[in-house]
Amino acid sequence: MDNLITQARQWLSENWDPDLSLVEWRTKLAETGWATADWPEEYFGKGTSAEDAAEIAAVFQEMGIVGAAQSGVRMLAAATLLEHGNDTQKRKYLKRIITGEDSWCQLFSEPGSGSDLAGSTTRADLKGDEWIVNGQKVWNTSAHHADYGLLLARTDWDVPKHQGLSYFIIDMHQPGVEVRQLKQMNGHASFNEVFMTDAVVSRDNLLSEVGNGWQVAVTTLAHERRSFDRIRGGGSLAEQKGRIYDEYRKELEIDNEPYKWYPQRAGRVDLILERARETGAINDPVTRQEIAKLLIMSRSAQWTAARARAAQQAGKPQGPEGSLGKLAASNIARLAARVHTDISGADALLTGAASPHDGIIAEILVSVPAVSIAGGTDEIQKNIISERVLGMPKEPRFDTGPFKDVPRNSVSGKWGAS
Amino acid sequence: MAFAFTQDQDNFRHMVQRFCVEKAPTTETRKLMDTEAGYDRQVWQLICGELGLAGIHLPEEAGGSGFGAVELGIVMEEFGRSMICAPYMGSIVMAGTALSTCATPSQQQRWLAPLLNGEKIAALAICEASGEFYSTHLHCTARISSEGWQISGEKRFVVNGKQADTLIIAAATDNGPRLFVTESNATGIDIQQVETMDPTRKMADLKLSSVDAELLGQDVPIDLDALQNLTLVALANEMAGGAQALLEAAVEYTKLRVQFGRTIGSFQAIKHKLADLLLIVESAKSAAYQAAVAFDNKEDVSENASLAKAATSEAYLQAAIDCVQLHGGIGFTWENDTHLWFKRAKSSEVFMGTPAFHRERMLQAMGD
Ligand SMILES: Cc1cc2nc3c(=O)[nH]c(=O)nc-3n(C[C@H](O)[C@H](O)[C@H](O)COP(=O)(O)OP(=O)(O)OC[C@H]3O[C@@H](n4cnc5c(N)ncnc54)[C@H](O)[C@@H]3O)c2cc1C
Repeated sequence: MDNLITQARQWLSENWDPDLSLVEWRTKLAETGWATADWPEEYFGKGTSAEDAAEIAAVFQEMGIVGAAQSGVRMLAAATLLEHGNDTQKRKYLKRIITGEDSWCQLFSEPGSGSDLAGSTTRADLKGDEWIVNGQKVWNTSAHHADYGLLLARTDWDVPKHQGLSYFIIDMHQPGVEVRQLKQMNGHASFNEVFMTDAVVSRDNLLSEVGNGWQVAVTTLAHERRSFDRIRGGGSLAEQKGRIYDEYRKELEIDNEPYKWYPQRAGRVDLILERARETGAINDPVTRQEIAKLLIMSRSAQWTAARARAAQQAGKPQGPEGSLGKLAASNIARLAARVHTDISGADALLTGAASPHDGIIAEILVSVPAVSIAGGTDEIQKNIISERVLGMPKEPRFDTGPFKDVPRNSVSGKWGAS
Repeated sequence: MAFAFTQDQDNFRHMVQRFCVEKAPTTETRKLMDTEAGYDRQVWQLICGELGLAGIHLPEEAGGSGFGAVELGIVMEEFGRSMICAPYMGSIVMAGTALSTCATPSQQQRWLAPLLNGEKIAALAICEASGEFYSTHLHCTARISSEGWQISGEKRFVVNGKQADTLIIAAATDNGPRLFVTESNATGIDIQQVETMDPTRKMADLKLSSVDAELLGQDVPIDLDALQNLTLVALANEMAGGAQALLEAAVEYTKLRVQFGRTIGSFQAIKHKLADLLLIVESAKSAAYQAAVAFDNKEDVSENASLAKAATSEAYLQAAIDCVQLHGGIGFTWENDTHLWFKRAKSSEVFMGTPAFHRERMLQAMGD
């Protein structure tokens, strides 16, 4: 282990050159496996454990060296390919994920299937050597600048819903694929609708086997949940000079654009005390109580997450504490929005030049509703927790027969509130 | 004393409702909220003219229809439900009431009459800083000289301030607070519309430097606090209407939306959420109606107005949060209408004082 770190340090100091292009440098990383050390040796890694790879990544950070392209859906694509891809697919796609030449999006949710992801009605039909895809996806973050999509589509309508799905890699640059940006209630537009009309996927781009799509999707989702709300950013590399840093910053700007408001949707608990002091609300006994409640909730959640991580590292089986983070995050975000409102009063509404913290407070208030929806709603989280953690009996199901007979939406959700 | 709307009041409500459905679909709201004026002049003419809603709560001597806060509440509830963009809150409820309460008959002729026939728009400027909607320590001052009164200072969160032809301004004099009236284009007035998260309710900041103004009524102290009560009653009824619209939208959507082979409304988790919400919304409506009745009967007005403001703020916000949640991803989009109400709920929560402020004000009004 120490040996590995020493080797990494030595290789990096001998080879690092900020005047290379980003792709030139990352090609070297892919060839030697240093940037993705926990990937297998035959596929651009060194076959190390995840912990060792994290230590090596820390060396990159410490030396101010640019690593593999990380952001967006790339790493979810990589994890899925590593687990389910065949040799040709891994060789074709993984390297360009590391170099950042390709970017990816996830095409799972549909207007008719969100919580019920396995209810997908986008269809893929085999015609000769090609799959012809028709249907619509929605909420696809970054699809507007993706080269490839991870696509879940139905290939068999006569079997129960989970068994009739297949998983494909679709080329986003083709006439049959149309991407439209969707504006959110907070004014940002991070996600898209993707329309597929006789879009073409070659046979080689089926991942795993026909009918095995749900299992593959579960891999992607497991990785997504693990990376939920990870802070993205260039950190210490923001100031450095050199061609490679310029290119890197440009990449981050594009990749991170859809995530700009993510800190606000979590409620910005970090800003609470500062705002309370600025406004004098810190002296109000009622507001003090609310602030304290919020801090208690937020710290307890952090400690619960830390407890889960520590147990995992110690090799203990996962306890209930590991399943609660997402639900806690929703409660914290909602309470934080309330406390920010109490602190800022009518100033919380301001979005223009005169607003406190450049409109951040208002942005918090209109962004927190996302937390309890994105990545699985609170209601779904509660079902999972009660059934899988507490062992409560399952709801009776109405969707276990052949998918073609399962009731579904005749219209897709676009109704207004009036 | 139990309260129920009369048949006439129900008929009146249906008329306002029909008008809103016809003239104020959300397509219109979306169009108007992006304009600087924020309302449609023709629709405003209909509201003031044909419908005769402008002076609904004002005495006949002042040019009104002689009804009370209950009828005003009906208008506000339906307006809040439909999210119509009109300067009713600023020009009629706030400025109109101030003029009818404080102005002399000849001043009413000059300043109030054009508001009621829709010719002009007015705004009432009291608030000076966030949260201080009731400040008795006004920093804005009025000085008298041989030339008359002159006002200097700043005002914030003035509803319909940028749209107003006429401004009614609260300012401190050596003998206590007074209200003044002036044309909005008078020398020394700077009006900036402020950008807020709720573009359906336009607000402005005012800067006043030595602005010539006319004292409203006699040179006697005015009770600003009491003046705000009708605005609170109106706002509470507007919020009750908004909460009702959100509740209805959530019920309608969850009956239609299918996941896991069944309508999501068939899940108990959702039924219980909506039953809870119904309880909150109906309770809030009761509070809003009761506040109007209390206002008309001049009974414990501040207490009931603040109670209603606190109750309806909480209910509206809860309805907004639940309605977005129950729509799932679509509820978080710009294209779906829920966010229009969500933002109005948020802006109404803090406009005229937060729920915490009003809970305190209620207790103080009760003598505790
Ligand atoms: C900011 C944001 C980012 C997103 N990013 C992505 C992305 O990158 N990729 C992607 O694929 N998707 C993404 N989504 C979509 C998200 O995963 C879905 O919106 C979510 O899973 C809910 O699905 P839905 O919108 O279809 O709502 P529905 O599933 O229709 O839910 C509507 C309501 O019904 C409730 N409900 C549903 N089933 C049950 C049940 N069994 N019991 C009780 N209540 C139930 C829900 O909790 C919700 O309140 C994003 C959404 C948001 C808001």
